[in-house]
Amino acid sequence: MNFGFTEEQQMLRDQVRRFMQDDLPLTKVRTLARSGIVDRELWQKIADLGWLGLTTPEKYGGLGLSWVDLTVVLEEAGRGLCPLPIVSHALTIEAILTVCKKKQCETWLPVMAAGGAICTLALYDDPHWLHPEGVTLKGKPVRKGVRIHGTKPFVADAMSADYLMIAVWVDDHLYLAAVSKDQVTIQPQPQMDLTKPVGNVNFDEVVIDDDMMFRLSRKQLAWLTDLGATAVTAEAVGAAEAVHAMTVKYASERVQFENVIGKYQGVKHRLADMYVDIESFKSLLYYAAWTVNNSRQELPRAVSLAKGYAADAFAQIGIDCIGLHGAIGFTAEYDAQLYLKRSKWVRPMYGDSDFHLQRVAILGGV
Amino acid sequence: MDFDYSTSEEAFRQEVRAFIKDNLPPRSERGPDFLNEWLRKVRARGWVGFSWPKEFGGGGGGLVEQAILREEMSLAKAPPLGTSFMGLAWVGPGIIQYGTQDQKQRFIPDILDSKVTWCTGYSEPNHGSDLASIQCKAVRDGDDYVVNGQKIWTSGAPWAQWIILLVRTASRAESKHKGITCLLVPMNSAGLVVVPIENMAGDRHFAEVFFKDVRVPVANRLGQEGDGWKVTVSALANERSSIGEVTAMFDKLDTLKELVQHTRKNGKPSRNDPAVRRRLATFEMKIAAMKYNGLRYLTKQIRGEPLTSETSVNKLHRASLEIEMDDFAVALTGQAGLHLRGSDNAVDKGTWAKSSLNWPNVVIGGGTPNIQRNIIAERILHLPKD
Repeated sequence: MNFGFTEEQQMLRDQVRRFMQDDLPLTKVRTLARSGIVDRELWQKIADLGWLGLTTPEKYGGLGLSWVDLTVVLEEAGRGLCPLPIVSHALTIEAILTVCKKKQCETWLPVMAAGGAICTLALYDDPHWLHPEGVTLKGKPVRKGVRIHGTKPFVADAMSADYLMIAVWVDDHLYLAAVSKDQVTIQPQPQMDLTKPVGNVNFDEVVIDDDMMFRLSRKQLAWLTDLGATAVTAEAVGAAEAVHAMTVKYASERVQFENVIGKYQGVKHRLADMYVDIESFKSLLYYAAWTVNNSRQELPRAVSLAKGYAADAFAQIGIDCIGLHGAIGFTAEYDAQLYLKRSKWVRPMYGDSDFHLQRVAILGGV
Repeated sequence: MDFDYSTSEEAFRQEVRAFIKDNLPPRSERGPDFLNEWLRKVRARGWVGFSWPKEFGGGGGGLVEQAILREEMSLAKAPPLGTSFMGLAWVGPGIIQYGTQDQKQRFIPDILDSKVTWCTGYSEPNHGSDLASIQCKAVRDGDDYVVNGQKIWTSGAPWAQWIILLVRTASRAESKHKGITCLLVPMNSAGLVVVPIENMAGDRHFAEVFFKDVRVPVANRLGQEGDGWKVTVSALANERSSIGEVTAMFDKLDTLKELVQHTRKNGKPSRNDPAVRRRLATFEMKIAAMKYNGLRYLTKQIRGEPLTSETSVNKLHRASLEIEMDDFAVALTGQAGLHLRGSDNAVDKGTWAKSSLNWPNVVIGGGTPNIQRNIIAERILHLPKD
């Protein structure tokens, strides 16, 4: 029985944290996020550090590590609001491992691990329905391929992706279509959290070859959704800790009525409650991440407990951390607002609390 | 990360299960001597005071085995491992840590053998949460202390044989914390009077305890004069891990789900109401959080990393669940939820109604939620004391 990290994982954490401090401080995050494009030099750097092929099997050029290791990276990335599309890339790797054949894995995964391509995964079109019917993009079988005409909305990191895996219905079956950015047009969509760029992908009578179409079962769709929820919750843990620490520091320094405000119970108790919440969804998330490689059948319940907790708790933490700062927290210049926006972004991604808690009820036999 | 247990830990789990199978008959088959027999047997196994050093009669067991033991016992809804609850929870560990050789020999065996029950004399009429300000006074007179003053909210006082008592031996002005001393006092001492208090659930398990010129031999002092605060703080930190608690709470959640299956509201089954379903899931979420928080903290302990006050995290969850789960059951069943044992309309013989009135036992005893928040804010987040 050991519910803690290994020394190697601790070193990985230190490495990511150093990278975020040295190469991607929040001033730089702001600049990069405003530009909306990925700094390819940084992308190459994290590829060289191994983070882009962390969970990729060694035979496909990765490190063959687990989702617990990935969690360590995502937690630290989230702490610094890293705008690099690590989550989209990692989920695409899992999608390829899930639906593709050996041939594609051998061709694509080593390139992805080496930083040679940025990839993203787009599952649902409906803004608030994580269900096969929530995929509405449709393709039509044509000779040797599928013709797609229409728009895939809500595609994470679409503007920087070289390749996209897009969920689409063809007749009565769901597929993931492997698409190159050259086959489609992409429109960025303004959204609260600039560190999580999103675009709409337009297909104008695009024909995708049969060998780029991969059947996606309902079970596989659910699996990828659960991995998505695990990944965004891992980032949420780091982000929540960061904004909480920022607010604790402020409360320890800001003097009003001749005392630092952290002395007042109205302030300190709220900060204590936030600590309780963060500790708790962190523990639940670690367990969920562990199940990915060790107890797959437990992932749905485990991740729903974690995301069900984090979705609302982090959103409230985002709001209250601004509130405890007072007017300074409301300014664009102060960093707390960036975390408030992330907390709102996290809430619906791969399922809000209602989605997850209703699922917990079903899985719990109610 | 690894949730598997080692071969020897697994073997221990099997040993506990086998013991339970052999020694825990169904309720209907338990004779009048069952509990005494049970206590004797678990004692013989070294499972009472499981983690206490063997030289004092404890089990000398490890943290993981202790967690396994508690989990299995809780899963089997087994009787307690010893009935000297406060003795096992903190009086015993306190005596092992601070007691004299004589005190250890005198008190520890009786605690392990469930022969003696203890109560805890901390709170006073004017000092509950602000424990360090107590006024109950002890003055040295030869080989005795002479105690005068009053304690209150003393759980178990009506039947306990001994009390672990905090008294003031130096004025508050001299030293708020250092002026406190810990004494071990027989409840049948001359001048000690217990007046039970009826609580809102109609029970009388806590009491006022009055001391008028009660003489306590200096030999019954735990630690040095002025060490009382130190002894108390470390004793409170010695509270049991939450593993067994979590199993019991999952169990209670199952009972609650069972209740939901048979309840209707507005003529419709409550189990289909999304608000009801979400509420149950929220309970499950918090209990699971307690479980995995507990395992994370246990891992820290095993690795020898110091725990600061992380246990306050689970105490806050426990407090809110303790109130909310019973209250949810009462609300779920409408008017019938209000009915007590004896009413033809009572739900589950009124157990939900009754326990919905008993939450302060857990929520206020041992530190109110706001005290837990202070502890987290000050000791973990390092915010200033208020």
